[in-house]
Amino acid sequence: MSAPADPRRSRVAADREVCVGAGQCVLTAPEVFDQDEDDGRVVLLDDRPEGERAESARRAVWLCPSHALSVVP
Amino acid sequence: MTSSTDRAPAMPFPPPRTCPLHQPPEYDRLRTEEPVARAAMPHGGEAWLITRYEDVRAVLADPRFSSDRRKPGFPRIHPAVIAAQDHGVPARPNMIGLDGAEHAANRRPVLSEFTVKRVRAMRPRIQAIVDEHIDAMLAAGSPADLVTSLSLPVPSLVICELLGVPYADHEFFQSCTAELLSFSTTGGGRADAMNRMLAYMDRLCAAKEADPGDDLLGRVITKQRTAGDGTDDHEHLVGLAVILLVAGHETTANVISLGTAALLNDPALAAPLRSGTGSTPALVEELVRYFSITGAVTSRAATEDTTIGGTPIRAGEGVVALVPAANHDPDAFDSPDRIDPERGSRHHLGFGYGVHQCLGQNLARLELEIVFDTLFRRIPTLRLDAPLDTLPFKDDAAIYGLNELPVAW
Repeated sequence: MSAPADPRRSRVAADREVCVGAGQCVLTAPEVFDQDEDDGRVVLLDDRPEGERAESARRAVWLCPSHALSVVP
Repeated sequence: MTSSTDRAPAMPFPPPRTCPLHQPPEYDRLRTEEPVARAAMPHGGEAWLITRYEDVRAVLADPRFSSDRRKPGFPRIHPAVIAAQDHGVPARPNMIGLDGAEHAANRRPVLSEFTVKRVRAMRPRIQAIVDEHIDAMLAAGSPADLVTSLSLPVPSLVICELLGVPYADHEFFQSCTAELLSFSTTGGGRADAMNRMLAYMDRLCAAKEADPGDDLLGRVITKQRTAGDGTDDHEHLVGLAVILLVAGHETTANVISLGTAALLNDPALAAPLRSGTGSTPALVEELVRYFSITGAVTSRAATEDTTIGGTPIRAGEGVVALVPAANHDPDAFDSPDRIDPERGSRHHLGFGYGVHQCLGQNLARLELEIVFDTLFRRIPTLRLDAPLDTLPFKDDAAIYGLNELPVAW
C-alpha cells in the first residue's frame, strides 16, 4: 500500500524545446530552476519540490511566458 | 448577420493621454465596456483593441497570432509596418517579427548571453558605469539634463560593451534609433535611417567575422561556425546586432527617465530609495508595469479564426494586445493607477508575454535597480527643474519616454 500523496509535493516538468530563456523561473524559484550555461534554456534542479519550494515552482509555471513548465499532480 | 457596415464607426487609435504620467483614460472605458473593440489604425485599416489583462496574456501566448508585420491585417500603427506591408522592407525581419521555428532559430543563439546568472555577473561593471556618470554630473554641477547625462549613456554603454560596438559611435546610433521609433519619420526618412544603421552594422559585423573577439557578436560567430557548416550567416548577424543595439538602450533609457520623473514628483515614493530602505527590485518591477512604455508594439495578426474574450476574431484581422491597458486592469492589480512597490507586480506584462517576451529583461532589471539606487543615494537632494507637465514626453514614438529631463540638486 502506497502512502497518501502529499498535497504540497508535486512533480514539475520543463520542456526545453519550448523554453525561450526569459529567466522568469530562475527569478521566481531559484532552487527549482536554473538556466543552462551553454544554451540559456531551462534546467530542472528539483523535479519534486516540497512546501514553499513547491509554491514558488507553481508561481514560476504560471509566469513562464512560453508555457514550457508544468506541474504534474 | 453582421458586416463591417453594421458596426459603429471605429474609434481612432491611439486615444490621447490627459496626463503624461497616466495611460489614456479611454483604455479604462474600453476595458469595462468593450474589452475587445474595433479601432481605426493611423495608417489605414482597422484592428481589434484588447484591453483586459487575461485577454492580452492569452493573445500574446497564442501562436495563432503572428508577429510578422508583413502579414495581411497586421495593425498599421507604426511606419515600420507600412514599410513591411507595402514595400517588403526589411526583406529579412529580425526575431521581433518572426514566428515559430524561424523565431526560435534567431533567438536561441543569444539566450545564454542574457541568463539571470550572466547578467548578475555584470553588476560590478554596470555599477562602475553608473558611478562614473554620476561623478561627471556632480563635477559639472547643477542643473543637468538627466536624459543626456545618465538615462541614455548608461544602457548605451552597457549594450555596446556586451555586443562589442564602439561606444564612440553612440551619437550616430542613438539618432538612428530615435528616427526609427518615431511616428513622424515616414517613407524616405525611415528607409534612410534603417539603411544607415544596416550599413554601419554590416561593416562592424564583417570586421568581427574577420577577427571574432570575446564579445556577444564574436561569440555568436564562433558558435555558428562550430555548430553549422562553417560558413557565416552574415545577414542574420547584422539583423541581430541592429535589434539588440536598438532594444538594448532606448527602452531602459526611457524607464530611467520616466521612473525618475515619477519618483521626483512624489517624495513618499522616493523616500525608501533616499534612506536605503525598501526593495529597489520591487520598485523597478512596479515602474515597468506602471509605465508599460512599449504601448502598441505588441500587435499581432490572426492567422486562424479564433475567439478572444468571447469575441470572434477572423484570420487576417489585426489585433493590438494593449499591454498598458492590461497592466492597469483592476482585476490583475489593485488600485492600478497608483505606483505601489509593495503590491508584488511580477506578473505584469511590461516585458511582453509569450515567446517574444523581452530577451534582455534581466539586464534591464539590473540596470534600473543600480541606476535608481545609486542616483537617489548619491544625490538625495535631486529635484525636477521644470514643472512636470511642461516636460517633453515622447507622445510621437512607438516607445514612450522623455526627450529631456531637467533636474537640479
